[in-house]
Parts: sequence; structure tokens; C-alpha cells
Amino acid sequence: MAKSLKANSIRSATRRWFWLFLGPVVAAFIIGFVWPFIQGIYLSFCNFRITADAEFVGIDNYGRALSDPAFQYSFWYTALTAIVSLVIINVLAFTVAYLLTKKIRGANLFRTVFFMPNLIGGIVLGYIWSMIFDGILSAYNTSILLDTTLGFWGLIIVMCWQQIGYMMIIYIAGLQAVPADMLEAAEIDGATSMQTLFKVTIPNVMPSITICVFLSLTNGFKLFDQNLALTGGQPYIIQPDGSTINTTQMLALTIYNTFYTSSTASRGTAQAMAVIFFVLVAGLGLAQLAYTRKREVQQ
Amino acid sequence: MPERIKTLASKHRGLVVVSVIMAIVCVIWVLPVAAVILNAFKWNTFVKTDTFALWNAENFAGWSNFITGVTFGNYNFWLAAWYSTFITIVSTFLILLFCSMAAWYITRVDSIWCKIIYYLCIFSMVVPFQMVMFTLSSTADQLKLNTPWTIPIVYLGFGAGLAIFMFVGFVKSIPVEIEEAASIDGCGPVRTFFFVVLPMLRSTLISVGILEIMWVWNDYLLPVLVLDINQYRTIPIHIQYLKGSYGTVDLGATMALILMAIIPVIVFYLACQKYIIAGVAAGAVKG
Repeated sequence: MAKSLKANSIRSATRRWFWLFLGPVVAAFIIGFVWPFIQGIYLSFCNFRITADAEFVGIDNYGRALSDPAFQYSFWYTALTAIVSLVIINVLAFTVAYLLTKKIRGANLFRTVFFMPNLIGGIVLGYIWSMIFDGILSAYNTSILLDTTLGFWGLIIVMCWQQIGYMMIIYIAGLQAVPADMLEAAEIDGATSMQTLFKVTIPNVMPSITICVFLSLTNGFKLFDQNLALTGGQPYIIQPDGSTINTTQMLALTIYNTFYTSSTASRGTAQAMAVIFFVLVAGLGLAQLAYTRKREVQQ
Repeated sequence: MPERIKTLASKHRGLVVVSVIMAIVCVIWVLPVAAVILNAFKWNTFVKTDTFALWNAENFAGWSNFITGVTFGNYNFWLAAWYSTFITIVSTFLILLFCSMAAWYITRVDSIWCKIIYYLCIFSMVVPFQMVMFTLSSTADQLKLNTPWTIPIVYLGFGAGLAIFMFVGFVKSIPVEIEEAASIDGCGPVRTFFFVVLPMLRSTLISVGILEIMWVWNDYLLPVLVLDINQYRTIPIHIQYLKGSYGTVDLGATMALILMAIIPVIVFYLACQKYIIAGVAAGAVKG
């Protein structure tokens, strides 16, 4: 009783300092997030060039966004990129982590090297790899900017180089937490190493696998810098109606281009695309949360 | 018994094979960086055609790419480096200071407003930047936050979510008794926070700090939309505009600038590797 009274008196003493402790963050948070978010939702229902000349038009923008062939194309392209990269990144990252947690020589050095690309920013990464790809492709008289398939796999390679080390770190943490006595028991019972891997190790690292799968999925959906720097969406195809579709352009870049490089008249549509994009990405985040909660309850 | 020795021997051989394979993969892994170093010292015309050729008398350019590089694209690279450094340091400092203060207040006072702010922070973590980019840049423009000196406020606002989330997670694990003892000794809330709580937050401060440094230093889209790029460029903006502003790109000079841009990152990584890997693993909760 005395204790909670004491805690309460601290609480009321602290409460008075609201403006000092929360004021700066709340002010910046309103400027940097809350207000732009609310205004963004509102503007998706408006025609506008600048925020001041917004004119309410209802859900027209959403209709235009969803029926835009470039937006549809980039949605499927993004989904494909995200899923293909998810599979490759996680399989390779898990394999590397699995091998590095065996007692091999130089494991620390390997870990350092594999993680290193993660610190290089997306724009710089894109230009490093566009130099390398073009260096290889110039021998065949082509370029990463000229071929949709090459652009796709090029981006997958860049994503793998950047993210495998990152996912590897999470997997290593998971693998090191697998109880040693479980592995020993499996060995004494005569399990082969494959049996041990699939029956003991993998079920025990499921939480890490969940984190990594969702992380690589949302990373894939949100990818922007690497896409911009590597191909910028090139090459494009011309539609029968004269509009163009960039064939290696992901959702984030499509939204950006609709805002800033198309005519300013399509900004309402771009904002509606951004809201759809937000619902998609937030949906993935909530799915992850729900899934991990469910697992925690079960355990 | 001999059988056991045999399996041990084959296991050992297996580990050696794995080591060798890993070493080869590692060499492949650093090849892109090696290619940057190689081409940063080659004449422009050789970068595209002889990308993987080693240096020879014909293609070796010495430091000339670096000399053209720093004034390339009508913008001084050192100015971009200075803005990048300033924005990164100040933004990280603001985020660490104000978000740890906010997280402590939120956890200890726990009023309805605190809960609202906390859940808004979690919400902001799943919002992609494209959702707010147009309105954020116009808000920043109106409020004159479009200079390197004021953009840290924008970073504080947009980055607050993750930082507060991580700090709250840690503050919850600190027993409140320590703060009670400080209060009995006559410490007010402000002194309690700065002299008792903040020192205990050290490891979380490092983790969050590293995440913020990596984010702000490498960020391209936020500064390019908020800053007036004719006047102010960060390193990623500068590198992106080398390609945009020129019809033909001097690839040798571009590689020289990229090398200068990644050297500090690699030095930073090698120096604080332990903290970086721990911090990244801690921040993995972010979607």
C-alpha cells in the first residue's frame, strides 16, 4: 500500500512535466507523421496539384488508380519480386546461418562479410550493381536497361546481396537458442543430420522464420531506392492508347512517378495509389502481428 | 570404437569442406566492392568495356577520377558529405534524447494520452513512406523545415515510432523501485530521468542510435523531397543526380564518389560491428 502510494506520488510529480518530456516528440510527430497522414487520406478523395487547391471528388481517384494498367502491372510485378526474393533470400540465409553455427573455422569473419552489404544504402547499391551487370552484359551487346527479364533477376540479385546477411543474423540468433540437449538426444537416438534438421532444428527456429519471412515480404513490397537506381523501371512498352508501362517498375516507384513525373493533374490518383499501397503494407504488418500472437498463445 | 573415430574423421572433413566453400562464397560476396575500387581508378571509357580487367598502363587513371568527382555535376561532393554528416548526427541525437524521454514518461505516467501516443507510434511503423511523402514534403515546405538545419525535426517526427517502441520495451523492464529510491533521496522527475534512468538505457541507446544512423545516412527519398536540392544535397542525392544531370555519365568519377561514400560506412561497420549486429537484431521487429 505504502509502495503504491509512493509510486502514485512519483507519477503525479512526473505528470506535470508533460511539455518537457512529451512536448518535442509530440510536436515533431504531428508535423512528421500525424498531419501528413490525415491530409494524405483526405487528399486521396480530392483533385489537387498542390495541397492548397484541393477539390473534393469522392472516390474517383480510387477508380482511376485501380484501373490504371501501369498500377496493375506494377502490383503484380512487385508481388512476384517480393515472393521470389523472399524464397531465395530465406533459403540461402538459413543455409548460411545453419552452416555458420556448426563449429567451422572463420565463422566470425564469414558473418562479418555476409552482413556488410546491408549497411550500404539502396541508391549506392543500385549503381554498384548496374556497373557490374553492364560490365557483363556489354559483352553480349545488351544492357540491364534493355531487357525486362534481366532487370527482374538483376534486382533479385541486388536484394539477395543486401538482405541475406541481415536475415542470416536473425537465423543465427534463432539457431543458437535451440536447446543443446534436444540435439544431443536426437544424435543418441541415431537420427541422421537431415532428420535432426527437419524434425528438431527447424521446428525450434519457427519464430525466426516467421520474422524473416514477413520482413523480406514487406521489404520486397516497399523496395524503392534499389529499383530507382538499378533500372528506374526501364525498359518501357507502349500501350495501344499511347500510354507507357515501365516493365521493371515496382509499386513504390510507380506512385513516385505518378506524383512527380507524370502531369501534376494525376496527383489525386497518385495519392489514392499511396493509400492502397499503405493498406497493403499495413495489412502484411497486421498479419504478422496476428500470426506471432497466435503462436505465443499456443506455446 | 574404430567406427566412432571414422565418423568423427568424416565429420571433421565435412567441416573443412564447408569452411572452404564459405571462404569462396565470401570472396564472391566482396567482389562488388572490389569492382568499385578497381573501377574508381580506371579511365571512364574503360569502365563499361573492361569492367573486370585489372589495372594496366592504359586504363589506370590514378586519382584523376577523384579530382573530377568532387566537383562533378556542378555540386561539391564535400558539401554533400558535410550535409549528410550534419543531418545524420543531429537527427540521431534528437531522436535518442526526445524519444527516450517520451518513452519513460509514457511508461511511468501511463495516462490515456500516453496510451494514445504509444499506439499511434506503433501504427506509424507500418505506414510506408509513400503514403505521406507528398503531404509531408509540402508541410515541411510551409513550415520552412526544408534546410539541412531543420530537417532533423522531420526525421524526429517520422522516426519517433520505432524509437519510442524500442525504448518503451526496455523501460518496462526497469524496476520502478530504483526511481522511488531516487525520489526519496530528493530527486525530481527531471533529475531522476537524466541521472538514474538514462544511464541504464545505455545499450538500448546504442541499438536505436545505430539503426537511426544507418537509416538517415542512407535515406534518399525523404531528403530529396524535403530539401531544396539545388542548394542542399546529401550523398545519396548527389550520387543519384550525377546520372540525372548529365547526358553522358562519367562512370569512372561516379565509382570514385561511390567509393568515397562507402568507405566511412565500412570503417564505421568494422569499428562497431558488435553493436551494429546486436542493434540490427533488436530492430528486426520493425516491418
